[in-house]
Amino acid sequence: MLPFGNTLRAIRLAFKSLLLHKLRSGLTMLGIVFGVFSVIAMLAIGEGASAQAQQQVLALGATNIIVLSVKPPADSAQASGGGRGRSFGLQYGLLRSDYRLLRGLPKIVGAVPIREIFSETRYLQKTPNARVVGCTSQYPDMNHLTMQRGRFIADADEDKLLNVCVLGAGIAAELFPFEDPIGKAVQIKTYRYEVIGITQERTASAAIGGSMSGQDYNKDIYIPLKTFQVRIGDRVATAQAGSFSAEQVELNQITIQVRDQKDVLPTAEVIKESLARTHAGKKDWDVVVPLELLRQADQIRQIFNIVLGSIAAISLVVGGIGIMNIMLATVTERTREIGIRRALGARRTDIVQQFLTETIVLAGAGGLIGVLMGLATPVAFEGIQWVVENFVLDSGTQNSPLSKMFTDMHPKINWFSLPIAFGISVGIGIIFGIYPARAAAYMDPIEALRHE
Amino acid sequence: MRLAAQLIDLQKHYHLGEHTVMALRGVSADFPEGDYVAIMGSSGSGKSTLLNILGALDRPTLGNYILAGYDVGSMSDDELSEIRNRRIGFIFQSYNLIAQNTVLENIQVPMLYRRDARRISAADEHRCLDLAEKVGLGERLDHRPFQLSGGQQQRVAIARALVNDPEIILADEPTGNLDSATEKDIMNLLTALNNEGRTIIIVTHETSVARRAKRQIVMKDGLIERDGMLLTEDGK
Repeated sequence: MLPFGNTLRAIRLAFKSLLLHKLRSGLTMLGIVFGVFSVIAMLAIGEGASAQAQQQVLALGATNIIVLSVKPPADSAQASGGGRGRSFGLQYGLLRSDYRLLRGLPKIVGAVPIREIFSETRYLQKTPNARVVGCTSQYPDMNHLTMQRGRFIADADEDKLLNVCVLGAGIAAELFPFEDPIGKAVQIKTYRYEVIGITQERTASAAIGGSMSGQDYNKDIYIPLKTFQVRIGDRVATAQAGSFSAEQVELNQITIQVRDQKDVLPTAEVIKESLARTHAGKKDWDVVVPLELLRQADQIRQIFNIVLGSIAAISLVVGGIGIMNIMLATVTERTREIGIRRALGARRTDIVQQFLTETIVLAGAGGLIGVLMGLATPVAFEGIQWVVENFVLDSGTQNSPLSKMFTDMHPKINWFSLPIAFGISVGIGIIFGIYPARAAAYMDPIEALRHE
Repeated sequence: MRLAAQLIDLQKHYHLGEHTVMALRGVSADFPEGDYVAIMGSSGSGKSTLLNILGALDRPTLGNYILAGYDVGSMSDDELSEIRNRRIGFIFQSYNLIAQNTVLENIQVPMLYRRDARRISAADEHRCLDLAEKVGLGERLDHRPFQLSGGQQQRVAIARALVNDPEIILADEPTGNLDSATEKDIMNLLTALNNEGRTIIIVTHETSVARRAKRQIVMKDGLIERDGMLLTEDGK
């Protein structure tokens, strides 16, 4: 529409008249600055939260299917208590026969049965509680665990029912603060187990299916599944004040891996059908598909972004209204100038262009500053995290999952949001600038010249 | 002789609520090129309305205003802007300079609104400098209006009026805010411009100013009461 040189001159002119009222222009700009900043910051925080969730879900493995034992509700457990065997206590969950059945299904490339209890462990006078996991040699592959030192449980350990164990990084540090754990013996229940390896630290995975809390792999102790079965057994009795309860569970979990992501959902269906048949309608198991969780997490991310972005957009609109207000005042104040320019030959479109350029420059400059501030979101968020960690959380709540989620989160700037936020700020300059600019252009030049 | 401007039975009506005010009731006059006319009259005589129409800021209700061969009465708003830009140079009582612009930038303003050549070329720049020199402002190109005296500001306005080489120069009480010594300077400048062949129309109610013109038009009640060489410089 206009030659380039003219546009440049119009922008220079706009800067000049905005700089005439530095304080006013600055304050007007603040609305847009904070609007753009909050859009970018909100999206970055939303993105960070979802990245965190996604990472946790991915840690479960995208090609994995997790079959869990679920403790039935108390009343139904009573009713079905006698269904299987004569043993006292509550008997439920996945069976070793389930494992053999599932392992034989098509498309499955691996399956790891897991039996776990929470138990006190001991080395000398140290007695931390740990999750003792009976598993097979495939476990680290499926759970993305790597070894820090030594080796993981091998098939041979299982065949020979060896008393060996692998420590998570966290529990290793707790039991052996000053010594090399390899070759030492850790006592679990009544037996001692020789430490043969230590795993690398790993981020916790997401809580799955509501039945388990997020897994902190760093506090695990792994022993061969068959050793577990023989030394610890299926039945676990817990004595509490005034009561005594026992549970009999063969397997707590079977992690199944399929070859391809597209096989995940159909295979999960087959597993569900098989288990429904073998467990005769007793719902003491559940199937969790991390891939599905991933999709849910993705949808939640989108909802999050839309909601946060809309809230931030409100502040942009407020900023726009502020600009319009000031521009209307400016137009009134500069009525005389408008009259002069009209008398000297400016057309209405020239006046519209002049004032619109001013609004766009104002909004655009605000947008630019907002973008720069937005880039500092991660730093600002760290500051907030520091305040929260030091002044809000006490030592008791510091390790709760929610506060951990907050303190571990890192805002991730969505690079798309930068040009978009800037573009929106310019758009707001146009939308909220048109009315004042037209008001200026449609003034009667004679009246405008007479204006004091 | 070629006519710079011509008024043919000009009428201007304003509607104020229910009644109509007839500000101009049939004004006819010819302004040959190189003419120097003073329009006089008491307030309410219609001289401001006439000035607005002559300046293409307003359109007549009836009649024709021919400026440099164009009928201004039937023009669109954009065309009126162009006529003001190219054919008319304005000089106002209160100078009407743009406060945030320097002297040079003020002189250049009409150049920014030319239809054909909106860029200020080196030749344009040169022309502005020449004009500033001509009106006696060569030293003060970077000053802002508030740093200048009234007489100096009016000189800037005169240079600005000349910058697009207009058909007529319209001056509205050009010395109304000036002391008599400065008034004389400014009027000498206008006389010099007229001697170069420029057509000048001054609206004034001061006889000392009107006397400098070659011809005087006296307005009364929306009509021309008298037209001709009514006053002469030697004070008739």
